[in-house]
Amino acid sequence: MADTHRSSTTIERPRDDARPRRVDQPGGPAFERRDSPPITAPARDRSLSTHPVAIALRVNGKSIEDVVAPRETLLDWLREGLGLSGTKKGCNEGACGTCTVLVEGQRMNACLTLAVQCDGKAVTTVEGIAAADGTLHPVQQAFIDHDAFQCGYCTPGQIVSAVACIAEGHATDPATVREWMSGNLCRCSCYPQIVEAVLAAAQRAGGR
Amino acid sequence: MEDFAYARAREMAEATAALASRDTALIAGGTELLNWLRLGIAAPARLVDIEPLGLDGISASAGPDRPVLTIGARATLAAIGEHPLVRTHGAVLADACLAAASAQIRNRATLAGNVLQTTRCPYFRAESPLPWGCNKRHPGSGCAALRGVNERMAILGWTEDCVATQPSDPLVALACLDATVTLTGPDGERSLPIRTFHRTQQEAVAEGLDAATAETRLRAGEIIVSFAIATRAGERSAYVKVRERASYEYALVSAAASVRVEDGAIAAARIALGSVAQRPWRLDAAESALVGQRLDRVAIRTLVTRALGDARPLSRNGFKKAMAINAATRALLTAGGAT
Repeated sequence: MADTHRSSTTIERPRDDARPRRVDQPGGPAFERRDSPPITAPARDRSLSTHPVAIALRVNGKSIEDVVAPRETLLDWLREGLGLSGTKKGCNEGACGTCTVLVEGQRMNACLTLAVQCDGKAVTTVEGIAAADGTLHPVQQAFIDHDAFQCGYCTPGQIVSAVACIAEGHATDPATVREWMSGNLCRCSCYPQIVEAVLAAAQRAGGR
Repeated sequence: MEDFAYARAREMAEATAALASRDTALIAGGTELLNWLRLGIAAPARLVDIEPLGLDGISASAGPDRPVLTIGARATLAAIGEHPLVRTHGAVLADACLAAASAQIRNRATLAGNVLQTTRCPYFRAESPLPWGCNKRHPGSGCAALRGVNERMAILGWTEDCVATQPSDPLVALACLDATVTLTGPDGERSLPIRTFHRTQQEAVAEGLDAATAETRLRAGEIIVSFAIATRAGERSAYVKVRERASYEYALVSAAASVRVEDGAIAAARIALGSVAQRPWRLDAAESALVGQRLDRVAIRTLVTRALGDARPLSRNGFKKAMAINAATRALLTAGGAT
């Protein structure tokens, strides 16, 4: 099986599902995907799909072309296909919010979205939140400043969701933040700190 | 998830033609369908994406008297919940959409998809192969919920074959507002009252159909196009959702009310309950009896209790009858403007 190592941001996925591949990360060096098995499903050969579909979209500002199986979720494609493992898989049924990404600027559960449905769209993951020079986004900095996590597994989803929550104008007071962030569960129960972080980041964004 | 093919319908005719094949399913937001595919509730050979059709408009037309609110099938719960026209002419629907799911899901989930979602019964929503009976998944296999964990199941309209409830929040508001649903299919376009779109298990049997699976009047090959609400002058509405946590949870019971008050008394009232049966449950008897009543909690509660006299709780959900009475009373008082 031939490996594909490309520094180009246009990725063509070979039909034989050759891996690993690499994706340029904003603010950091290219990172190589490790050939670890998927989390929930047994390793499967994508070429088993008899219905491959070509897609072209932007992920974190970079144009990407790929060929996917229709059943491949945006979540699995980001993690397994592009190696963007910042987006986490929790419940895989839309209950926990840890897979939250932005599609055309709107927060959505990547586990409830097919990759083929994102053809022609712009997707932003947690890897695309920080500035190009690596400076943390105000929401990321606020989560550090307010100690808004323990284990950290839900944090990427919390951060992406909070960025959208603030942009929507829903980060106005603790009760409103709790309601509009209720799609992101934290089993460490860092909710008081998360609410503080979101409000602090909203204040900074508003003060600029 | 089984493999399937994917295509986009560029015109309505393409979508309806594709649906002629029984192993084809439509996909809009996909927030419900993807979980069906994972669990084995559905296993279509092909998905047809109706995104290119649009069908997501929200408008109010100037009718002879009052505006008619029209909402496209693909309008998202987020768009409806925050739309000024819906907030003005159908607040109960806007509130029900915002209470229906998380902000993330509301950005994808569509009104028609939400209305077509199926029960949250845990025996139904399990991964194939099921280790228990579920007539809705496998007709003839029995209903494990009937004498099992049935706290959240129906208290009205059920049969021994199936005790599932319909869990949609927006559907309860649509039923309260006497919305009509417009469908298009092989035999052309038709509209029917949303109140009659779903069947209880008892109604399915009465029509000679399967109790567990004949949930809606959507015919093979039909697509929901839009919902229309003829608004009524002077009515104010409210949605009450009772659930086990403050946000992002399915209802144990919900209530949608629309009330017109004149000189301190109820001049018109509409009240629908959700998550008590396999369709929204309008309290017709209470609605007529409420006219002329003051916004008095005890009086309203008495009429609502009487209207729910035919409720038949299961072994573990007797609390849902009391909860439904209280939710309906609170929705009516809130809609009426009681302080």
